[in-house]
This record gives sequence, C-alpha cells and structure tokens, in this order.
Amino acid sequence: MRKTAADPKGVLSGAHFLDGDHAIAEGALAAGCRFFAGYPITPSTETAERFAERCPGVGGLFIQMEDEIASIAALVGAAWGGQKVMTVTSGPGLSLMMENLGLAVMTETPMVIADVQRAGPSTGLPTLPGQQDMMQVRWGSHGDYRIIALSPDSPQECFDLTVEAFNLSETYRVPVFIMTDETVGHMHEKVVIPPAEEIMVVARNLYDGPKEDYRPYRFTGKDVAPMVRAGDGYRFHITGLTHDERGYPALTPAQNVKVVTHLIEKIDSNADKIIRLEEEEVEGAEVLVVSYGITSRIVSRAVQLAREAGIRTGTLRLITVWPFAERRIRELAGQVRAIVVPEINYGQMVREVERCAAGQCRVVSVPHCGGAVHDPDVILGAIQEACQ
Amino acid sequence: MTWEVRFSGFGGQGIVRCALITGKALSMYDNKFATMTQSFGPEARGGACASQLVISESRVLYPYVTLPGVLVALSQDSYNTYEPKLRDGGVLIYEEDLVQPKEDTGRVQMYAAPVTRMAEEIGNRIFANLVTLGCFAAITKIVSAEAMKNALPGLVPDRFLAVNEKAFDRGYEYGLELLETRPLSIEEAP
Amino acid sequence: MSTAFDEETFRAESPMAEFLRMERMPHIWCPGCGIGTVVNCFAEAVKKSGIDMDKLAVVSGIGCSGRVAGYVKLDSIHSTHGRAIPVATGLKLANPDLKVVVVSGDGDIVGIGGNHFIHAARRNMDIMVICINNFTYGMTGGQVTPTTPQTANASTTPYGNYEYPFSLPFLADACGATYVARWTSLHARNITKSIREGLSHKGFSFIEVIAPCTTLYQRRNRLGDGMDALAYYREEAEVDKEVDTRNVGIDFQGDITMGRFVRREKPTYLEAVNERYANVLGDEYQLYGMTTPEREEKERREAEARAKAQALVEDEEARLMAEDFGVDEEGLG
Ligand SMILES: Cc1ncc(C[n+]2csc(CCOP(=O)(O)OP(=O)(O)O)c2C)c(N)n1
Ligand code: SF4
Ligand SMILES: [Mg+2]
Repeated sequence: MRKTAADPKGVLSGAHFLDGDHAIAEGALAAGCRFFAGYPITPSTETAERFAERCPGVGGLFIQMEDEIASIAALVGAAWGGQKVMTVTSGPGLSLMMENLGLAVMTETPMVIADVQRAGPSTGLPTLPGQQDMMQVRWGSHGDYRIIALSPDSPQECFDLTVEAFNLSETYRVPVFIMTDETVGHMHEKVVIPPAEEIMVVARNLYDGPKEDYRPYRFTGKDVAPMVRAGDGYRFHITGLTHDERGYPALTPAQNVKVVTHLIEKIDSNADKIIRLEEEEVEGAEVLVVSYGITSRIVSRAVQLAREAGIRTGTLRLITVWPFAERRIRELAGQVRAIVVPEINYGQMVREVERCAAGQCRVVSVPHCGGAVHDPDVILGAIQEACQ
Repeated sequence: MTWEVRFSGFGGQGIVRCALITGKALSMYDNKFATMTQSFGPEARGGACASQLVISESRVLYPYVTLPGVLVALSQDSYNTYEPKLRDGGVLIYEEDLVQPKEDTGRVQMYAAPVTRMAEEIGNRIFANLVTLGCFAAITKIVSAEAMKNALPGLVPDRFLAVNEKAFDRGYEYGLELLETRPLSIEEAP
Repeated sequence: MSTAFDEETFRAESPMAEFLRMERMPHIWCPGCGIGTVVNCFAEAVKKSGIDMDKLAVVSGIGCSGRVAGYVKLDSIHSTHGRAIPVATGLKLANPDLKVVVVSGDGDIVGIGGNHFIHAARRNMDIMVICINNFTYGMTGGQVTPTTPQTANASTTPYGNYEYPFSLPFLADACGATYVARWTSLHARNITKSIREGLSHKGFSFIEVIAPCTTLYQRRNRLGDGMDALAYYREEAEVDKEVDTRNVGIDFQGDITMGRFVRREKPTYLEAVNERYANVLGDEYQLYGMTTPEREEKERREAEARAKAQALVEDEEARLMAEDFGVDEEGLG
C-alpha cells in the first residue's frame, strides 16, 4: 500500500481543545475523506456538524440523508465514485445500517463508520455512554464476514485512530469502525494535530492496467484487488450477490466458499498486522484487566489502587477490538490467575476473552448496564476478588 | 495534584463556555492536563446546566468530577443542586444577586460576586461568564490570567474579544479584592 | 455446415454487443417479460444520445428489474433492496461528471425504497430513475406492491387487493421531480425518447414503464400472456399531455394515461449546494468538484449537448411517432 503525506488542505495542524466527535471529523479530513453522508443522532451529531462546516473549505461534500440506511448506501456509491467516505451514528442508526454494512463487506468497499455508543436497548439513554454495540458491529449483519473496529479512549485518539481507520479500510477494502462512546465523544481535551507531512495516509489503490483486464476482485484471502473509479472507463460491475473475480454473479456454493473465505481470511491472516494493543505491567501479573475505550481510563485508576493494595495487576487495552487479539489473550491467560473484563455492557467482549482463555485462568466479567462509566471501586473489588 | 471544578447555572449563561475556555487555557497555555465534560440533553437547553473540569499535572484518567473542590454557581437551582456535592473546605463562587445561599457554617469557603451586574456595567449581561471566569481565576489561581486570555479567540466572537477581555479583567480585580477580605485557606484548597 | 445456434457468434454479432455484457447472456427474464423492452429502449436511447458511455453508470436494487445493472456494459452497481437511489446519490455526488441512472422495480423503488425516492425527488438530485412497474414483486413470487391496483390478485392478497395504490407520476410530481413521464412497454419509441430526454435533463427525472410480469401477475390474474398485455396497453393506454398528475391513477385493467407529464427547470441538488456556498462564502469557495471556469465551461458544453440532443430527438422521431400504435408526438409535446 502506498503511504503518502496527508493533503495539507484538510489538516488543521496545531493544538486544539476538542471533543472526541469533532476530533473524528478532523481525523477524517486529514485522512483525505471528502464525502460524508449522515443522519443526526445523539451523541454522534457533532461530527456531522463539524464536517458540514468544514467541507466547503476543503473541496468536500456533506449530505444529510433521509436515514442511516441511505447514509451507508450513499457511502457505497461514493466510494466507487472515487472518494474516501465516512458516516457516524449511534446504536439505533447502527441497527439501520446493518443490511448495507453487508453490501459494503461483500463488495469490498472501503468506508469508515464511527459509532458513538449510547446506552440501549432501543432509544435507551441517548445522552449517556454505553459500550453495548460491540457484538452488533461484529455480528450484526447477516452472513459470515469480518470488519475492523478500533476503540479510542480520548479525543486525541479519536483523531489518530480515524486516520488509521481510513488507512486500514483502504488497505483491506473493508468497512472500519470507530467504536467510541458518549463520554469520549463529548469530552473535551487537548488534541494535537501534526503537520500534514507527518500524517501518513494510504491512498486509494487505483488500477491502471489495460481496461479489459480489470478485475474488481481477487480471492486470495491475503490481499485485495485494486479499485477503479466510476467514469474512468473500466465499466466495472459490483453486486451483493456471490460473485466471481469480474464482479459478476456466480451463484454456486463453490463460489461462495471462495468469496466468504476470502472476506474472512483477508482480515484473519493479517490480524497480527492490524491489531494494536497497549499493555502495562503484564509480566509477572497475578491479575490482568482487559478493557477498551473509555473504560480503560477508569481501569487505570482502579489498577493504581489495586497495585497500592499490593496486587500485581497488569492491563491490556484493546485499541483494536476487532479482529480480536486472540493470540495474545490466549498467551496471557496462561500466565495470570485471572482476567478481569469491565465494560459498559452486560458482558460482551468478555465472551471473547473467555473463549481465548479456554479455561487456563478465571475470567471475571464486570458488567454495567450503561448510562455512566464504572465506579473505579467496583473494578477494584473485582480485581481483589479475582485474585483470591 | 488533581483539581475538580464545576461551573453551573441556567442555560444561556455561558456555563459550557466557562469550562471550555478554562480547559483550553489550562491544556494549551498552562501546560496542564484538563478534561472537560458537560451536561447534555434537555437540561443544557434552558434549565439547570453544568460543565465540569478535571485538571491535573499528568494525564487525567477518570474524566468525571466526583467530589469537586470548586463550584461556581450562577443560579439558585444550580446552587441547590450542586452545593451539597462540593467538598468540605471547597471553594464556592456564587452570583450574589441570583443566589441566596444557606447560612455560612464555614463548611466551604464562600465568595459572592455580582457578576451579572458587573457585566451589565460593561455593556451586556452576556459577558457575565467572563466576569465569573475572572473571579474564578483570581481566587483559585488554578489557571493563569494570561492563559485565559490566550484561550479566548475562537471561543468568543472576534468582534467581542476586547470587551470579553475587559469583563475578565473586571472579574479578576474583583476576585483579588474578595481575597483580601477573605484569604483562601491553602490547606483546604481544592 | 451446422445450423445449430452458436452462442459465440450470436454474442459477437448482436447489435447489442456494444451495450450489453454478452458474456452474461442469456438473461434471467421470462419470455414475454416487459423488462427486456426497457433494456432495449435504454440501449437505443444511449446509442442515439451520443452520450459518452464511460460516463454513464447504472444502479439497481433487488428484483427481476434490479438485474438490469448486471447486464449493461457500463459502470454498474447491483445494490440492496430499495437502496439503489441512495447508492446512486453517493455515486453522483462523488463524481458529478457521471450521468447516473437507476433502473429497478416498483416494489424496490416505491415500496421498500419509497423514502429514498421521495427525498431524491425533493432534492432534485441529478439522477434518472426508471421504474419498471409490473404491479408485483416478481422476484419473490408475485406479492402485492404499493402500485398493485385494487382487486388485483397477488400471492399475499389471494382474495384480491384492498389497499389504495400509489400513482407514481403523481407521487414524483408532488415530491419535486423535474421530469416525469409514463409509458407502457408497448410504446418503445416513446420510452426511448423519454430516456434520451432524461439523459440530457438536469435534475431528478422519473420514467415509469408499465410492463407485464407474465409469469406471475398476468397468470395469477388470468390476463393471458405477454401479447395479451400488449393488447391491453394498445386498447387502454392513451396519451394526455395536458393532464394533471392527480388524475393518472390506474385501476385494475383500466385506462392508462401516458405522456410526459412534467418537465421543468430547477437548480439541481449540487447546483443549490454550490450556489449557497458561493453566496455565503464568496470567492473563497471553490465549487465542489471543479473550479469556476471549469464549471462554466462544462455548463456551456452540457447546454449545447442538450440542445443538440433535443433537436435530434425531435427531427428523427416526430415522423416515427405518428405511426407508433396511434401515439403521436403530442404526448411529448
Ligand atoms: C431487505 C429485503 N427484503 C426483502 C427482499 C426480498 N425481495 C427480493 S426482490 C423483492 C421484490 C422485488 O419487487 P420489484 O422491485 O417490484 O421488482 P420485480 O421483481 O417485480 O421486477 C423482494 C421483496 C430482499 N432482497 N431484501
Ligand atoms: S417473474 Fe415476472 S418480472 Fe420476473 S422475469 Fe418473470 S415475467 Fe419478468
Ligand atoms: Mg415489480
């Protein structure tokens, strides 16, 4: 993949005091995104508003669609029209996007979707945080597939990871999610946007061979075919149906094996390259706390207290939540007495941890029904109990 | 050292802006770490409204205030709601004309300022939040006056920049005067 | 020498070879189905319009009609059920140089996709929508749709339809479409002409083509085969150019009012975006997708092309139209 410096036009270099939602918009613009289609929903709307305000100055286009179904559908069209594209939403909107997430996955269309999670189910607590869409984003569309999801824990990371999300989505031609939450989305902190020449972006990998040889797909399970832009004379075809390399429907079980295997393997076989983790004091730890997003910051406080109480506690923060850090969790499960997993849901990613730990150590869920972050003392209690 | 600060009042008093300006000043010009959160939803559109800052020398972990050491209350409602959540020995700065406080038992350190009236003297009550910030900066010394002024561009309209600075200075002077009559107890500082 | 049908030769020699993905033939449509007619008319219109086929894209939803995108040798997206219009919207906005055409069915466009339809019309999004209205969900086996006339039988209204149907030209008109026409699959020349007009129209153009689903709708309602459907159209379809779109509803096997009902000028979505930004931001604003001189040049070129296309249409078809099953140019006058 060709990495180049960001187009300075979209980069608001310097230090800012921004909330996570605004930082996502800036990350998108820095990454070269010039098309945004969205539908307002708390607590994600500020990203759309920021993009709408900034786009005329950077040669971009913002459109408020009639709903989230239309928003993600428009992204599929716009991506094949040659743009880097994004939308943002929250739980109810994510639910509406599910069918066309499948279309994007199947047609291998790059796009970035930020889910600023609020507490559900249904309309739930619209202005308060949750981490309850973690499994929906992974499994919510029908059929077998993979996506990539990153989880920032600060406005700064909202910026950084949005740039990275675009790079990953171009590299693997896959929808990439920013799984953030109301707290990170709405809280203001210092965000430093580097000079454009220090921001590395992956350009769209455009095909430029003989027209008749163009194939929009290649089912290697390792990498992806280059794309083309509508209007450049390649006369491509893409479909949500099971298809061959030409993009033509090929409706056989054998072809489905090729397609589905590829969709899954192009992510799984590159998982080690994709996954980013942040570990602290895991060597010699009795208890490991695994967390992501805003919860990691609450965990840091709880872990300080645990260490003061003499418990050797390590932390692992999932910056990449999907694909899941299977190998590392399996490894660490063999070294610690227990893994504690706090998350603002009734226990979602903890299932992955349990699966990977496979009985090597205790796995303790610290659930939370949403609407607030954990009380650090609750996490501390779980750590203490886990090492009994 | 971690400081927790809450600004409160009713919608339209510039409560969110208070925290934004202070947070920006601290994190961009005073070399501190500041995390700002605010109340969202219907209450931010008219009723009682609050914005919070957690301030630290190192990275802020827990982003919400738990037991703030400073409360700025610009309305009776917000005083009633948040005063009990102010730490013992904490600093309360309240709008003298709009808040009727309980009897001063010495639980917290109380400073009264007629910020709305002072803003009106400058030209418009909309500058009351800057007068407030002046008092706040002078009394608590959490943030420098210079950093606060540096933080204003972008957070107040350009054409009102000068008058906002003036409002801040008025508040700052007033805050210093208040300190003379009632010095801040450092041991109990927020 | 063998006289057997040779697919290779057929593909190579077909007059449609330039336009269709011959390697995908034969297509899936039933004998007598009206969808093929629309494809032929589309090809004809594209050919005659002289439009650069590299700059033409087709988007379909799901359904028998939704398969059109897969057969045309153009940039094409076969999307999801009902979502062709927003996909087309994204495509058009990402690359405003494209002419984007949606071809899909009645269920797709005004059933599941109805919300997108009304909003694209409202925005005067610069795309063309061709809706093949066969009064049924063909692909899924003949269920009732939002256009099925009352009393008509469908697999999910086995005792006859009791719902009030949409009249699509009225819907499109009311929502702000700037070009609205209706024809039946019998009126190939009119369809072709309308598509040509749509290709050069700026803004949201909508063409409804009443077409038979022989296998399901015709059979279930004991209406005979494809030929019987055409006989019905010949009998009951009439051009009325003055008609108010409020009065063009279709009863079961009743009159079909056809014509080009609406053609008006209004800034497109993108023009409105650019105009607004330019007004507010002044010279600083760079028109989306291109610089001001580029856009002016493009507009001039497009206006010329439109005028030329229209003149050609008029010359060439005025003569033919008169002979065409009693339909004269009045309908498009
Ligand atoms: C979300 C979703 N719901 C239902 C379907 C099943 N489905 C496929 S085609 C179709 C109806 C198509 O009808 P129409 O658009 O009128 O096209 P026709 O087949 O009549 O040309 C339906 C309901 C689907 N593919 N996706
Ligand atoms: S089922 Fe009906 S609509 Fe579908 S191809 Fe056959 S005749 Fe045409
Ligand atoms: Mg149909």
